[in-house]
Amino acid sequence: MNEPVDVIIIGAGASGAAVAWSLAETRMRIVCLEQGDWPRSSDFPSTGRDWEARTLEDYAISPNRRGLPADYPVNDDDSPIKIANYNGVGGGTVFYAAHFPRLHPSDFRVRSLDGVADDWPVDYRTLEPFYGLNDKMMGVSGLAGDPAYPQKEPVMPAIPMGRTGEKLGAAMNGLGWHWWPSDAAILTEEYEGRAPCINLGQCGSGCAQGAKASTDVTYWPEAIRSRIELRTRCRVSRIETNDANMATGVHYFGGDGREVFQPAEIVIMACNGIGTPRILLNSTSGRFPNGLANSSGLVGKNLMLHPYAQIRGHFDEPLDGYRGPPICIWSMEFYETDPERDFVRGYSYQFSRGLGPVRTAINGMADGLLPWGEGHHAAFRRLFDRSAGMVSVCEDLPEETNRVTLDPNLKDADGIPAPKITYRISGNTQKMLDHSVARGIEILEAAGAHDITARAPLPYAGWHLMGTARMGMDPERSVVNEWGRSHDVKNLFIVDGSVFVTSGGVNPTSTIQAVALYVADQIKSRIYELFD
Amino acid sequence: MTTAENDPSPPLSAPERETLECVVRNMIPASAEYGVPGADDPRILADILQSIDRDREALGKALRAIDGSADRRLANLPEPEQARRLAAFRVASPDLAAVIESVTARCYYRDDRVMASIGMEVRPPFPHGYEVEQGDWSLLEPVRARGRIYRDAG
Repeated sequence: MNEPVDVIIIGAGASGAAVAWSLAETRMRIVCLEQGDWPRSSDFPSTGRDWEARTLEDYAISPNRRGLPADYPVNDDDSPIKIANYNGVGGGTVFYAAHFPRLHPSDFRVRSLDGVADDWPVDYRTLEPFYGLNDKMMGVSGLAGDPAYPQKEPVMPAIPMGRTGEKLGAAMNGLGWHWWPSDAAILTEEYEGRAPCINLGQCGSGCAQGAKASTDVTYWPEAIRSRIELRTRCRVSRIETNDANMATGVHYFGGDGREVFQPAEIVIMACNGIGTPRILLNSTSGRFPNGLANSSGLVGKNLMLHPYAQIRGHFDEPLDGYRGPPICIWSMEFYETDPERDFVRGYSYQFSRGLGPVRTAINGMADGLLPWGEGHHAAFRRLFDRSAGMVSVCEDLPEETNRVTLDPNLKDADGIPAPKITYRISGNTQKMLDHSVARGIEILEAAGAHDITARAPLPYAGWHLMGTARMGMDPERSVVNEWGRSHDVKNLFIVDGSVFVTSGGVNPTSTIQAVALYVADQIKSRIYELFD
Repeated sequence: MTTAENDPSPPLSAPERETLECVVRNMIPASAEYGVPGADDPRILADILQSIDRDREALGKALRAIDGSADRRLANLPEPEQARRLAAFRVASPDLAAVIESVTARCYYRDDRVMASIGMEVRPPFPHGYEVEQGDWSLLEPVRARGRIYRDAG
């Protein structure tokens, strides 16, 4: 058994890093356990000639495809959307595009405004200061004045819109639809010892420049300087409890394959919307036969994934191609509920630049735009450097049938049962996807594109893992309370995307981190009555 | 579910290599017009063979589907018949065809000669990066003029 600590944080990704940094000022002894390793920027694909190929190999977004020692398998056979993640310090922020929208005020009042799902127990105003703090810690670029949001001040100037943003923005103006330069967790100027973006275009497989805000280069250096201990290659198998229904610590497998027990006064879970329910469901005992913190029966249920539609077209003139942060502008035109449509809630668009030559060829052949044999080379040159498009990020409403359970057979390398995903796209979301494809084609046609293609849902896009340990005031309808503490186990907290009540229609990382900072703030302000 | 194996994949057999070479030649032939080799160029083919690790199983399945019976292997057919068989294979097994397309494109389009031909600098993105134009920010004036579009809900 290891020496007891005050706080154990499980997971060193977006939320684990933020909560660790925030709690450092308490001077409690805090240890974070991370199943992966530190990413090394010198290993990232953009440093080598095989930069595109490796995004389909050892830097693939699917843990099943990568199959690296840090990864655990995920049975996603029963889902049209396959799970994406990165296991290591920084978590998903190492691989994300750093497109950094916030949820909108209406996202926290879904039941009140639109009569579906549930309201969150917190609102935009409550989280607003934590969004702002997180923007400063990550280093967020953007342009003030977006009419789709309450006023917010970016930390530094926006990333370039480039020829792609100009082309698609002009088309949006012609249609009278909203668009705006994306908030991006990408530096456009030197900041806190980090260098600005040099348009590598490879945000999705780790930023060798360090300009993209993954938490291994933002929160973690600060947290470690403040004496937080981060242990890598430590995979938590289960959380232990005592007769008082309190967590006493965690069991984990170290890099040598031995299982050890780490006692702690407080356990904080930051393992994402699949890793967290996996550990809770693996932590059964006589006191918690259905899994830990699961008296509501909702652990693992209400999984939300944000189905994506992808619409792309090709242009007569060269655009930005593979250069620059892949996402340049966004649109919130179809975000809020409109009674004229046949679905409730909505979606955002993220507009993206072109593809490298390998992706151009693979997609071109798959879409029938690039023939085999004679004609291949001429067709390739009509596609390469001339494509642009968008994906729609569709709000996924919570449904208990969409869930994470434990696979009865599949296990990871340490013998821990693996998660199994059961997921269907709802009728409402399907209508949203269809709407976004139709509008996306309109936009591209207005921009002068030809050879337009669409994929909906995009299968390998299960990035956003939300809802599987939802937040709420009612212990029968939620897993954690309004400040992230388990209803059942009063020294157990959850700070990752599992606590989302609804998903909104935007990338969740900024909200995940704002919630983590908010929960940390609640822990600090309630420290003398934390377990009452 | 696809789970990558950590064990090294067995190399392709000689008949499998022969079939793969035939397929990739049909997929991306050499072009004097564009000054590029075909995907069956020895250097590119060697790169493909060294890079199929995670796709070994699916690739083997694809090659078996193409070859069919041993006496009618793809490499033994006249060229027009090869093209016809491959066209039929792509229609019947698009997922398997996609595996071969992927392993081929991943190596073909990083070859120096090919990159130069399509106008790329023959280097990785890092450390030099690229230039991207800022764009015309005045395009946002109509968006600003339209005013607020979000619902204020607290």
